[in-house]
Amino acid sequence: MRSGDAVTTARTALLVAGKDLRIEWASRVAVNQVLPFSIIVMVMFAFALDRLPGVPGLEDTILETVAPGLVWLATLFSLLILVQRSFGVEADDGALDALRVAGVEPAALFWGKTLALVAQLAVLELLLLLTALVLYGTSVRPSGVLLLVVTWIAATFGLAAVGTLYGGLAVGTRGRETLLPLLVLPVVAPVLIGATRAVEAALGTGGTELADGWPWLGVVGVFAVAFGAGGTLAFGPLIDE
Amino acid sequence: MDGPVIELVDVVAVLGRFPALAGVNLAVDDGEIVLLRGPNGAGKTTLLQLCAGLVPVQRGTATVLGHDLRTQRHAVRRHVGLLGHRNGLYLDLTVAQNVRFWGATVDASDAEVAAAMIRLGVHRRLADLPVRRLSAGQARRTALACLVARRARLWLLDEPHAGLDAAARDELDETLREAVTAGATVVVASHELERAGSLATRIVDVVAGRVQPPTGAQR
Repeated sequence: MRSGDAVTTARTALLVAGKDLRIEWASRVAVNQVLPFSIIVMVMFAFALDRLPGVPGLEDTILETVAPGLVWLATLFSLLILVQRSFGVEADDGALDALRVAGVEPAALFWGKTLALVAQLAVLELLLLLTALVLYGTSVRPSGVLLLVVTWIAATFGLAAVGTLYGGLAVGTRGRETLLPLLVLPVVAPVLIGATRAVEAALGTGGTELADGWPWLGVVGVFAVAFGAGGTLAFGPLIDE
Repeated sequence: MDGPVIELVDVVAVLGRFPALAGVNLAVDDGEIVLLRGPNGAGKTTLLQLCAGLVPVQRGTATVLGHDLRTQRHAVRRHVGLLGHRNGLYLDLTVAQNVRFWGATVDASDAEVAAAMIRLGVHRRLADLPVRRLSAGQARRTALACLVARRARLWLLDEPHAGLDAAARDELDETLREAVTAGATVVVASHELERAGSLATRIVDVVAGRVQPPTGAQR
């Protein structure tokens, strides 16, 4: 790709991201529906897992132990709704077809929608982590902050890239609402596992060493890069055919 | 431009395994308003989508605005505006935000966006209304303002009068005539023959995926 093309792609991606965020700002769907949903999920986890009677050592600490996984599970559920919404606004009045006719570069469209999802997910995850601190009694150790932040960024990019790629695949299909979870959830398993282990290490959950988290962050990073590159190449044929 | 805006010779296009266009021959010159007439399933919509670069050419030769559709299908899209049964608008954004967004896809200036909104009469009270709250006619005008802001040189319209009241239809016809005066070429597929026929400079019959030879009255 020539540098002029890259600048045009980046500018169009920012245009699309700005448009998506403006739509969310106007409709307040993320704030009024997705955020309450994800917090309700966290509360329901708390109800379901507050005690494991009869399991030595886990009677009172189960929530604290599983908190990193619960935060990422709640994020995954919310991701599905955000992706449905992101492509729903394109399908409502035929805007995706109009984007194709307008010759908007598919890679720019992919990155624009991914960036808008990244922005929304990042805020959501931050609020979910704060909820876990309050609700599950989780605490962050100072030495783990860097690992936590880098994991947060890498996992958010990875999830958003997968969501956008498969959202584009599902948007033209019948029953896309039910198809999307079937496509996305198995694929994001490496992010769920890697991000959960990395956050456990960052928080020191169950006495995990900080150093144990970095290899898992590597898994998440490779995943994010792979789907970022894959989406850049594959998004055009996916939405075009 | 030199030569026809659209030139199709023996064009075949397939949707799934169904030959939607079975050897179309059509030439449209600069500044024409061409009405595509034909029964449901005749291939009118596919023909418009092919000219917009959305449907691949299986056989034959097809040139639109100087671009060979077999090799430059994506390149032609920036110069073409296709308005189908839906408007291609973002319902939660305002009229002004929509026109600005579509204009920005071709780096249109603020002045060009404002001019497009004025030309379609969506610049005053309507500008700050979300598209969701517009009437069908107002939404159609907004979609056309987006085409103007995008500087589309070839307008491909599929049933553009559908869902519009009499006043909105008159406005649409006036807009299309103005677009042609400003240098655009228009191809319309419509069942509303009286309305679209009075607008068109030429009528083309599409039957069973082919363009019928013109009768004396159509020439």
